[in-house]
Amino acid sequence: MSLPSVDEHAQKLPLEFADEHESLKITGFWMFLVTDVLIFASLFSTYAVFHNSVAAGPTADQLFKMGPVLLETLLLLTSSFTIGLGIYAMRKGQVRALMAWTFLTILLGAGFVTTEIHDFVSFAALHATWHTSAFLSAFDILVGTHGAHVTFGIFWAVTLLFQLKKHGITERTARKIYTFSLYWHFLDIVWVFIFTFVYLNGKLG
Amino acid sequence: MPSFVPYLVHTLFPPTVRLPDILLIDFGLICAGIGVIVLLTKTRRWGWLWNDWLTTVDHKKIAILYLIAALVMLMRGGIDALMLRAQLALPTTHFMPASQYDEVFTTHGTIMVFFMGMPFIFALFNAVVPLMIGARDVAFPRLNAMSYWLFAFGAILFNISFVIGGSPNAGWTAYPPYTGLAFNPGPGENYYFLALIIAGMGTTMTGINFLVTTLKMRAPGMSLMKMPMFVWSTMVTSALILFAFPPLTVALAMSLFDRLFGSHFFTLARGGMPMMYVNLFWLFGHPEVYILIIPLFGVFSEVVATFSKKMLFGYPVMVASIVAIMFLAYGTWVHHFFTMGAGPAVNAFFGLSTMLIAIPTGVKIFNWIFTMWGGRIQTTTAMLYQMAFIPVFMVGGATGILLAVVPADYQLHNSYFLVAHFHNVLIGGTLFGLLSGLYYWWPKMFGMKLNETQGKWAFWLFLIGFWVTFLPQYLLGLKGMTRRMYTYPLGFGWHDLNVISTFGAFIMGAAFVVLVYNIVWSLLYGERDLTGDPWDGRTLEWSLPSPVPEYNFPRIPVVHDRDAWWAMKQKGQSLADLRPEDVHDVEMPKNSPIPFLLGASFFVLGFGMTFAWWPIAIIGFVGIILCLLFSGFDYNDHHHLKADAIRQTEATLGRLQG
Repeated sequence: MSLPSVDEHAQKLPLEFADEHESLKITGFWMFLVTDVLIFASLFSTYAVFHNSVAAGPTADQLFKMGPVLLETLLLLTSSFTIGLGIYAMRKGQVRALMAWTFLTILLGAGFVTTEIHDFVSFAALHATWHTSAFLSAFDILVGTHGAHVTFGIFWAVTLLFQLKKHGITERTARKIYTFSLYWHFLDIVWVFIFTFVYLNGKLG
Repeated sequence: MPSFVPYLVHTLFPPTVRLPDILLIDFGLICAGIGVIVLLTKTRRWGWLWNDWLTTVDHKKIAILYLIAALVMLMRGGIDALMLRAQLALPTTHFMPASQYDEVFTTHGTIMVFFMGMPFIFALFNAVVPLMIGARDVAFPRLNAMSYWLFAFGAILFNISFVIGGSPNAGWTAYPPYTGLAFNPGPGENYYFLALIIAGMGTTMTGINFLVTTLKMRAPGMSLMKMPMFVWSTMVTSALILFAFPPLTVALAMSLFDRLFGSHFFTLARGGMPMMYVNLFWLFGHPEVYILIIPLFGVFSEVVATFSKKMLFGYPVMVASIVAIMFLAYGTWVHHFFTMGAGPAVNAFFGLSTMLIAIPTGVKIFNWIFTMWGGRIQTTTAMLYQMAFIPVFMVGGATGILLAVVPADYQLHNSYFLVAHFHNVLIGGTLFGLLSGLYYWWPKMFGMKLNETQGKWAFWLFLIGFWVTFLPQYLLGLKGMTRRMYTYPLGFGWHDLNVISTFGAFIMGAAFVVLVYNIVWSLLYGERDLTGDPWDGRTLEWSLPSPVPEYNFPRIPVVHDRDAWWAMKQKGQSLADLRPEDVHDVEMPKNSPIPFLLGASFFVLGFGMTFAWWPIAIIGFVGIILCLLFSGFDYNDHHHLKADAIRQTEATLGRLQG
């Protein structure tokens, strides 16, 4: 049962939606993001409950330094822009540009993770670890889960680069890059909330 | 190095697992394991096992795998229950020591909820949902297999706790601070948290899979309001899973971190707060009870329409009521701990929201009754479970409303009244629904009917055993007996009622034995289903031969009516009039070893973490990474089923013209 109108419709769609199976996977990935939103929602609510339970440890105001946090924000927000440019290149079929933008995204992400780890190590030097208080436990697991997501995303993007090199831009690689970009933008949005509710609120609230 | 061996023996086999009964089970398991290996080798079935079952991505086979696991777990959970009841009937003898009693009620609850109820439901989803919506498979077949193997290895991890290291002992809810390292050393609770995290990931993937399947893969013409009720219940359940399991995962992970890495989420020191766990757990736990009942509402809706020979009464209202239940399910979690002390305003809100759920549920009860009203009722085993469910579930629902009244709950919570209430809805609703679905869809899954006479014996034993077990427990609750106590003084007037309850539990045990006999007998001698439509059914799965060929539909049907197959039969149409030119090549997913290996890697990771043996955990972690990498680079995951092969299969089934 081949309906010509369906093919015509498919041709107007971007490549990543053109194949039925691949398009389904994008829907599925949105559903996965729903579950991830709820993971972070649970972590945020735990942080909200524990943010004053500092026991004998430092408070948010005493601990947080805005310098590294601003740097992390700058790096991650820029990386969200670069992966957007990558998708733009992909839609135009420019595989080299796509790979370059993805590579830049990876570098920016790695910069983010490095800064974050450096920040956490500096906290540990002040004996501010999750052994210290419920506040720090909640802080570490919230920010740490986000950082682990970014780290996983970096490795994921590296494997995508190899796949792009091998297969070029196909329905399948386009779908994979597209879902990766959804994931990356999602982490960016979560970071905006962490920046606001954890760091800004901790410094000013 | 020599000191390592006693350490290993002490860790793996602490005094609690050196009880005579556990050693006996160890011995039995080893013998059974050797027996299975010898049998598989002698009959040269290893290739068959690996190629046809362990690597399969076919939803119909995965359904059978889920079903086998669920029945085995039903047996284990049931034996746990009989052990508990035996102890309570003989409170002065020490049938079990207190520590073992704690472990047994914990594993009974956890297994029945997570490792019996959930997989049994997924067995039914997998067996029929793609067939009902006219699809060739679920949206993500390989993910479906991953879900299964994550569940299965989670279940194995949980079950080996009994013989290696000691079982969890803090109840199926695992409340801190008792699960904290300070009060509960040993690996038991680690097993609980890790097994549930692993199985929970599988469940979340199943939710995603079936939500996308039901949303996007329906046959042309099947609009949302033409979906069979069971498909609606699948969709709603999947949405509930999507929103319910993340908070559970977070709560379990935090508890595990407290134990393994010394964080302070739910400890009593350094600002930790055990009630935070309880909130997160029930934020999952309340929707979970609807995850365990809504699919069975769907089963009952199919069964009642088929065996009353009538269209389901009030279909739009039925849809609206399960959607309403889905939303209300998230506004009631505090009713599990009114005594937390949140204050009268909060408690009143949650008491009222709980009572509100009775309204859509009541609507459904009326609609099932009205469907039967004036129908030509056939009392098959499946229908008997449906008819028994209505009064049983109404009693369970009514006692639930009693518990929702906050002042009454202060008296009744944690008593046997509560125990009787939730067994009333979980056995009367969930188990009866599962068995109803099992008898109803068995011919479609296996190609033969389950013997009806034996099935009715099992049914009556289950029903009588159920009432004899749980009616006395309501009275025990009112007399002040609390849950989870392993002994009591004889002067309280509790003993007689406990003996009656135990007697009922053994009747249900007998019912299970009859059920197993029924299954084995029917597999050997059961009446073959040659028509594919033994019940004169109404939905699309009955338009196919039993058992269904690999590709399900040689030609995707076009749907015009709600009970699509019934309407086709009324119009004299059939799907068995296939013309050779209607058949085209079909793209099918390829079998893959990755889901099995991924599950096994998670098992190794989980086992290593349970005992904090990091080298083993790292091996598991590396295995997971390798599986993901291989999966990412594997572009060869489909194969084409040739039209000729399909024509040949259909011709053998006598469904091809010419």
